[in-house]
Amino acid sequence: MSATIVSLPDQSTARIPKVNFLTKENGILSWLLTGDHKRIAILYLISITFFFFIGGSMAGLIRMELLTPQSDLMATDTYNKVFTMHGIIMIFFFLVPSVPATLGNFLIPLMLGAKDLALPKINLLSWYLYIAAGTIAIYTMATGGVDTGWTFTTPLSTHYVNTNVLTTGLAVFIAGFSSIFTGLNFIVTIHKMRAPGMTWFRMPLFVWAHYAASILMVLGTPVLAIAIVLVALERTIGIGVFDPAKGGDPILFQHLFWFYSHPAVYIMILPGFGVISETISTFSRKRVFGYTAVAFSSVAIAVFGFFVWAHHMFIMGVSNYAVLVFSLLTMLVAVPSAIKIFNWTFTLYKGSITFETPMLYTFGFMGLFTIGGLTGVFLGASGTDIHLTETYFIVAHFHFVMVGGMLMAFLAGVHFWWPKMTGRMYPEKISQLAAVVTFIGFNFTFFPQFILGTLGMPRRYAAYPPEFQVLNVFSTAGATILGVGYLLPLLYLTWSLKYGEIAGNNPWQATGLEWQTQSPPLTENFLVTPIMDHEAYDYEWLEKQKEKEVASVG
Amino acid sequence: MSDQKEMEQAQHHVVSPAIYIAIFLALLVCTGLTVGAAFLELGIFNPIVALAIAVVKAVLVVLFFMHVKYSTKLTKLTVCAGIFTFITLISMTLSDYISRAWGRW
Amino acid sequence: MSDSTAIAHGAQEHAHGEHPPYLRHHFENTAQQADAAGFAMWLFLLTEVMFFGGMFTAYLIYRNWYYPAFVAASHQLNIFWGTLNTAVLITSSFTMAMGVWCAEIRKQSGLVLCLVLTFILGLGFLGIKTIEYKEKIEKHHVPGFHYSLQSFLDPASDPEIYNEYHDKPLALDMARHTEVYFSLYFAMTGMHALHMIIGIAILGYMIFRARAGAYTAGHVTFVENFGLYWHFVDIVWIFLFPLLYLISRHAN
Repeated sequence: MSATIVSLPDQSTARIPKVNFLTKENGILSWLLTGDHKRIAILYLISITFFFFIGGSMAGLIRMELLTPQSDLMATDTYNKVFTMHGIIMIFFFLVPSVPATLGNFLIPLMLGAKDLALPKINLLSWYLYIAAGTIAIYTMATGGVDTGWTFTTPLSTHYVNTNVLTTGLAVFIAGFSSIFTGLNFIVTIHKMRAPGMTWFRMPLFVWAHYAASILMVLGTPVLAIAIVLVALERTIGIGVFDPAKGGDPILFQHLFWFYSHPAVYIMILPGFGVISETISTFSRKRVFGYTAVAFSSVAIAVFGFFVWAHHMFIMGVSNYAVLVFSLLTMLVAVPSAIKIFNWTFTLYKGSITFETPMLYTFGFMGLFTIGGLTGVFLGASGTDIHLTETYFIVAHFHFVMVGGMLMAFLAGVHFWWPKMTGRMYPEKISQLAAVVTFIGFNFTFFPQFILGTLGMPRRYAAYPPEFQVLNVFSTAGATILGVGYLLPLLYLTWSLKYGEIAGNNPWQATGLEWQTQSPPLTENFLVTPIMDHEAYDYEWLEKQKEKEVASVG
Repeated sequence: MSDQKEMEQAQHHVVSPAIYIAIFLALLVCTGLTVGAAFLELGIFNPIVALAIAVVKAVLVVLFFMHVKYSTKLTKLTVCAGIFTFITLISMTLSDYISRAWGRW
Repeated sequence: MSDSTAIAHGAQEHAHGEHPPYLRHHFENTAQQADAAGFAMWLFLLTEVMFFGGMFTAYLIYRNWYYPAFVAASHQLNIFWGTLNTAVLITSSFTMAMGVWCAEIRKQSGLVLCLVLTFILGLGFLGIKTIEYKEKIEKHHVPGFHYSLQSFLDPASDPEIYNEYHDKPLALDMARHTEVYFSLYFAMTGMHALHMIIGIAILGYMIFRARAGAYTAGHVTFVENFGLYWHFVDIVWIFLFPLLYLISRHAN
């Protein structure tokens, strides 16, 4: 892997630009009261990393418990609390904000040629809501946790448990508003603040992906909010809306919950798709194949994503006709995702491919997301779903798309834009090692779970029949490797802040307006509003720019 | 018309009080109608009439009080997107409940 | 496209020295800023539509399932107060729209008057709601421990309502389902009232600022966008009123 497109300035003379968004103002208040989207992105990056490792510790506890068939490491009630918190933290406090709130916040104004997002104060409010919600979630954990599963299924959550359902509900409610405000901000910015010449079809596909995800955030999240409010009312004053004894229907909760939570999985994955579009183009030196198809498929995923939620409820007591309709629609929603995978593959064809770390994560994404997505189609067929639902097959499916897919895309993005955000490169060899370790660890952890699921091991059980132990041990071994793979970036990325090589404006020789500014960028992003006069992913334009450029010192 | 012209027209257009008064009176009349209709025995049409009148009132408020009639295409599209998602939630959830009564295949 | 010409215009305005203090620096000109703010407000209203949507879904399902209970329970709501409240809210929407007009033509005294009227009408709405809620509490129609099925098992025991509608007594299980109706009644009108309270609080702030001339110097965005919020709250009530009060008011 000696071929590389990395082009760094001469290290003996290169310096980080003295004036940039990190150095513009000093002091803790300049960070806590900032309106600068880039600073807010960094605040988010630190926060979600913190929550990722808490959720990861929960995962470690789960895997340790599942080493043995008996429930010996912890009581079954405790196990219920551990997997619930793992789910809640990973979904609401890591996956949903991961790419949008960190990379999206940082990059969307830069990519569009704008000075900031449309509503900087709302952006900061969004981060504070996230922190408030996270604090409440930690308080919940510290005061006994909640054991309903992240899905809060009624009537368990309303009538049968005595744990912190209300406080957890409050945390999720507030986190939801954090998400809504981020999405709202993006939609307004993308519509109203593009630079001259930046038409819709010249925007990077990263922006299209975030636009689609933001529509889902704005339209879907409020339904989760009302579902939580109704659960709270049911628990406190017993209004009876989900209580069969009073004539209510517990399945109504599930309809409202999944009306958000299915689009939520697209909220989580679409920004990852955006990252992949950028990295695959850069590391193949080729424009993304079928730009229009990829752009429209993002919006199609957002729209169709609203029509399929009851595929999470096939065995819950919905009518057969609903099962039929939702199953058919689920088949349809797989098509736009597949279109993207095909287009990215065709981007690779006849490209000049190099294997820097972001590209390694990208390849990991392509393979693992495809497997995860295909198994989703198996589950969309109601006949197979009846047997596979609530087993480890589901657990494997969503971990393949969310961890093998989304988390890999997030890491690809963090590595890809790290030089832009910090001005420094991370150490390439160790980062490539970490990517490979992650890939290996991931497969060892989650592939056995497909087999466990088809063999019939149920999910959310602390104790299981002994014949499943071997595969569980494999899975836990893999989880240990995976943990190392995730710990390494934390260490070397932090190291690179002080000791990494100076990156310069465009170490990847990538297209996109963000690469035409200094690294790290100025607070106002651009001194002069840029004029977009070329198509997206236009590598010929980039060549012409390089000819015009005079190499500058620091 | 171009987006820029559309936005300027929308921002500078001032709806006259005469229109507001007319819409206000129309809303009061509709309220009276809907109350009156509730006292009649119309069978299946009771809820239909009530909802229809409510929709008319809502449309009047949206178009005139909220200025959507004089707004950009984007605003109109946004309103439609909201209504569409709302209708999707209600209709697809109700389709489950209504079809439960149909029994098995 | 639109934004490039907006920026070109902005460049001209800059050259002519127009840089009002309320223009935030990430916007090229005030037109772009106002446009973005209005669009953001509409997107927020979309979230409110979906938020109330969940409760409307619940209502439609249970009304379909328990129609007799819903009819009987809705007779307990006073149609006079409900209609009056509807008229009050519609009038407040009118005064709010007039307020926006006053801001647009820079008539400060008119704006303050309209905001004050809207404020008073809003309080009036909440006052009437309080009267209605009090009645519900007295008659033990609040879901929970003290909920009473008396009026539905034996309608004659409630002469006020019985003389108007002559409801037939409900069977015990259907009578129990009236509690679902009242749950939705309190949840939906309560959530609506909460939005009214927030609106009235913001109106109070706006009256204070309007008297200082904040909205009549060309920068009407805040008033305009609050108007959108207030009209939305009105629209929610426009649907709540027939769904909760007017299910079926013909005498049996």
